Amino acid sequence: MVALPHEVAGPAPHWDRTPRAWRLTALLVLALAVMSAASLAVGAAGTSPWAVLADIMAGREVALADRVVLFEIRLPRLAMGALVGAALAVSGAVMQGLFRNPLADPGLVGVSAGAGLGAIAAIVLGGLLPAGIAGVLGYHLVPVAAFAGGWATTLVLYGIATRRGQTSVATMLLGGIALGALAGALSGILVYIADDAQLRDLTFWGLGSLAGATWTKLAAAAPLMILALVAAPMLARGLNGLSLGEAAAAHVGIPVQRLKTVAILTVAGATGAAVAVSGGIGFVGIVVPHLLRLATGPDHRPLLVNAALLGAALLIGADMIARSLIAPAELPIGIVTAILGGPVFLWILLRRRGSLGF
Amino acid sequence: MIRALAALALAAAALPAQAADRVVSLGGAVTEIVVALGEADRLVARDTTSSWPEAVTALPDVGYVRRLSAEGVLSVAPDLILAEEGAGPPEAVDLLKSAAVPFVEVPDGYDRDAVIAKIEVVAKALGVPEKGAALAADVGRALDDAAAQAADGPARRVLFVLSVQGGRLLASGRDTAADGIIRLAGGVNAIEDFEGYKPLTDEAVTRAAPDVILMMAREGAEDLAPEVLALPAVRTTPAAASGALVSMDGLYLLGFGPRTAQAVRDLSDALDRAGS
Repeated sequence: MVALPHEVAGPAPHWDRTPRAWRLTALLVLALAVMSAASLAVGAAGTSPWAVLADIMAGREVALADRVVLFEIRLPRLAMGALVGAALAVSGAVMQGLFRNPLADPGLVGVSAGAGLGAIAAIVLGGLLPAGIAGVLGYHLVPVAAFAGGWATTLVLYGIATRRGQTSVATMLLGGIALGALAGALSGILVYIADDAQLRDLTFWGLGSLAGATWTKLAAAAPLMILALVAAPMLARGLNGLSLGEAAAAHVGIPVQRLKTVAILTVAGATGAAVAVSGGIGFVGIVVPHLLRLATGPDHRPLLVNAALLGAALLIGADMIARSLIAPAELPIGIVTAILGGPVFLWILLRRRGSLGF
Repeated sequence: MIRALAALALAAAALPAQAADRVVSLGGAVTEIVVALGEADRLVARDTTSSWPEAVTALPDVGYVRRLSAEGVLSVAPDLILAEEGAGPPEAVDLLKSAAVPFVEVPDGYDRDAVIAKIEVVAKALGVPEKGAALAADVGRALDDAAAQAADGPARRVLFVLSVQGGRLLASGRDTAADGIIRLAGGVNAIEDFEGYKPLTDEAVTRAAPDVILMMAREGAEDLAPEVLALPAVRTTPAAASGALVSMDGLYLLGFGPRTAQAVRDLSDALDRAGS
């Protein structure tokens, strides 16, 4: 299951592409800026951010509809898209490094399955809650339940995989499959008792969307995602060492167990928060890190930074397509990321067969 | 002059509802009611489930009624949103409210009084309560007549099948639109063990012993009848013995709007024919 790095000789010669990777970083910053500006300007309503800005500068009253569209719809959505995209891509890169497996994605630590179960439970059983709790949480019930479900599952899985202070990634992988099956079965029971309106809600939740982005949700979810984005680059050196194998990494002085714990908690926090606010957005966590490895090599130091930038730019772009393609209606963003990401990924894979960074 | 203008301004302020001439209608039955009230020219957009009459499908579609995009709805510059119960998501509805667009929720329900209530709410929101009262009276009378006539016939046991997947029937229990229309048409819902739509085991189909199977007509699925009637679970039922399968347009059958009285007649006639 665990793929060995195809060059085990030592870090130095392998990573001569690193300077190129840092040049790519500059390019990605630019791309993210362009995407962000475009995302504020594009939308079903004809609101122009430049016109609104000019109005504000000139001290003129901004029309209520324009104000809502720009500051209550597009801006929180842009921020949410950037954070979710960055969180998913970085989490994916960390997981692939930690598990030394190209197929690893944030779902491996049980977050997605647990979050899915939490969300389904909230959608189907939310009506049964005492009015007090339901009243306080309101429509934040689903995100809160998704986040709680994701975290709880990860902690259980971490507990299962850790014996005498050592976490076995192989146990975690297999345990994750078992817990995923269990969560799937429980979700199945809930799906069975759901009514048809709830079923539609469940389906849409699974396809993901940034449509529910509000400042309140952003304020709740952003700290965890930002924390993970700041923490992840600090794991880079350790993950580079880990690509030699756990024993070798320990011999060169990397605190392997601490690395694992921090990496798993970081991923669970970031992915849990991202899934809670945006539902199931697939593919970003796998495609983005691989694209970057193919382009500029496996060094985690630039990889984790670039993954955050590319993930953010990609999701903002996908969201733009999702909300303008069939306007005034909108597509679930998970469909867009998969339709765009799948073929692009395949094309690059076919061209660069054999040079995967594993 | 100034006094006249002031009076005009006052008059305008006193008539907020009548001013709405850019209406977004969300929900098939709600849209039908707007059209039946003769106010179709005030519509600027509709949702995906609003598919009748044909003319409304030319309007921009703002998406599925439970998955609205706030910006999409705002982009048609509405001054009134009429939404069936359950329109959402709540985040989008809150945004629409914060953009100061009046949002009127139309209650749902599956009986005669629910149809009347829908008409009254829509008419009031559109500022045409008199037209609403007239339409409500017409529809109420038609529904009463249809139901009375339907009650005369034999009470058939009807199994409503929402879909057939891999030979398994997804059937309607209590508290659904299908259950409501079967009752109005003088039939008996063959499944009363559960609420909502659920998959049935083969044995439950046999035990339900429906005289008639009712389905929604889908384009390109005209000859579904022989297939459904030949399913092992269905083959043992009286419905299969007499080949009694009725299919009707989903929105017409289950919409509970102005056309429901006619739907009740059609269904009642079809049930009488099918069972004999």
